[in-house]
Amino acid sequence: MRHLEITDLTAGYGGKPILRGVSLGVDKGEVVSLIGPSGSGKSTLLRVLIGLMPPSTGDVHVGGEEVDYGKRASVAALRRRMSIVFQQFNLFQNMTVLGNITIAPIKTRGVTPAAAEARARALLDNVGLADKADQYPDQLSGGQQQRVAIARALAMDPEILLLDEVTSALDPERVGEVLDTIRTLAGGGITLILVSHEMHFVREISTRVVMMDAGAVVETGPPSQIFGNPEAARTRAFIGSIVGGL
Amino acid sequence: MIERIISEAPTFFSAANLGFVLAALGRTLFMTFVGCGLGFGIGLGLAVLRRTHAPMLAPARWLAMLWVETFRRIPFLVILIMVLFGVQPLVPEISLIGIATIAVTLVATAFLSEIIRAGLESVPRAQVEGAAAMNFSAWQSFWLVVLPQSWRVILPPAAAFMVMFIKDTSLASHLGVVELTFSGKILVNRGSSPVLGYGIVLLGYFILSWPLGRLARYLEVRLAPSRNH
Repeated sequence: MRHLEITDLTAGYGGKPILRGVSLGVDKGEVVSLIGPSGSGKSTLLRVLIGLMPPSTGDVHVGGEEVDYGKRASVAALRRRMSIVFQQFNLFQNMTVLGNITIAPIKTRGVTPAAAEARARALLDNVGLADKADQYPDQLSGGQQQRVAIARALAMDPEILLLDEVTSALDPERVGEVLDTIRTLAGGGITLILVSHEMHFVREISTRVVMMDAGAVVETGPPSQIFGNPEAARTRAFIGSIVGGL
Repeated sequence: MIERIISEAPTFFSAANLGFVLAALGRTLFMTFVGCGLGFGIGLGLAVLRRTHAPMLAPARWLAMLWVETFRRIPFLVILIMVLFGVQPLVPEISLIGIATIAVTLVATAFLSEIIRAGLESVPRAQVEGAAAMNFSAWQSFWLVVLPQSWRVILPPAAAFMVMFIKDTSLASHLGVVELTFSGKILVNRGSSPVLGYGIVLLGYFILSWPLGRLARYLEVRLAPSRNH
């Protein structure tokens, strides 16, 4: 059994299907990038995985355990192993940076405030924001907020981290600092699943790339295959259109 | 008229008269604060209830909506009379101020619940999703994320409502509650100059509502999530 096993997953809004049977296996420590045109279901797949949108059919296994998205306890257990970073950061606006990073470990994992704060300060140091601990999110730039959001997700010690277009809402000159932060995570034992339009970054960081279209997986392979010698015509067309002369 | 006021002033501002007006002011304050305080608590409950989605709670949601829509549409004086005739037969020993306070609570619940609901809805969905993804329970998400971010939107109109309602409690004088307005009327009936009798009433309402308005503005600034707001 692989670390994350998605089997024939479907989901949709009000009868309109968005995921039409996605199957995907991910091993521990892998960096898997989801690419594909807008509306292909990449972000929806992440939202379903973390339990923000109910699946219609299909199974998800994490570490060999099946997730029952209809049961609060099962979803809570899942979220102790899996965390997500959103495109729009979703930092709690009523809390300082430190509060954002410490509150969930304290309230949902029973970590002592002192231990949570020590961990938070170490994580902030890692993302280069040690001096921003007492600021509020709206006092930070988008790139800084996103690095805080990454630190917040890491404070939960997830085995799997989902990154949903984490640079799409940023000013171009802020993208690099966030990508640098993600680079430091890759290869560190944590499983990363990311949706990104930064194709150079995807090619560089991924162990595997998953091409999605119309709610299904079109092709899966190492970056060299997907970007250099794609098998599916749909992948070829997409790569050709989006990267041009990559 | 000026001469009459000057000649009356020493007797008007007697300890007995001032004590009488002060006690009446206390009643006005009591009806407003206790009524609006209870109304805020119950209103918060109704607002939360109306945000739930469980099919099981549908009848409760419907009742909450009926309450809110009903008591927002009836004049306060009518509600006072309704409560008087509705509650007095059930609890004969209840005081008039108790009846008036129940009436204030009913109206305050309806208005404040709508103000609170608007405040809760002002918090972006992304905040709730962030909380859910961080494994917060629905209650944790509400208490730690949604409600703290709502205060900024809730408090200014809630305080404005309360300041407005300080004035409306004067209608309780129709039941015979000796609140601020009624105390002025009594003083004038006892022979005081209307300028002095109602002047002190006017002063009383100003003293009650002005600091509350200032407090609301202070809270508005204080509760902003950061200096940028």
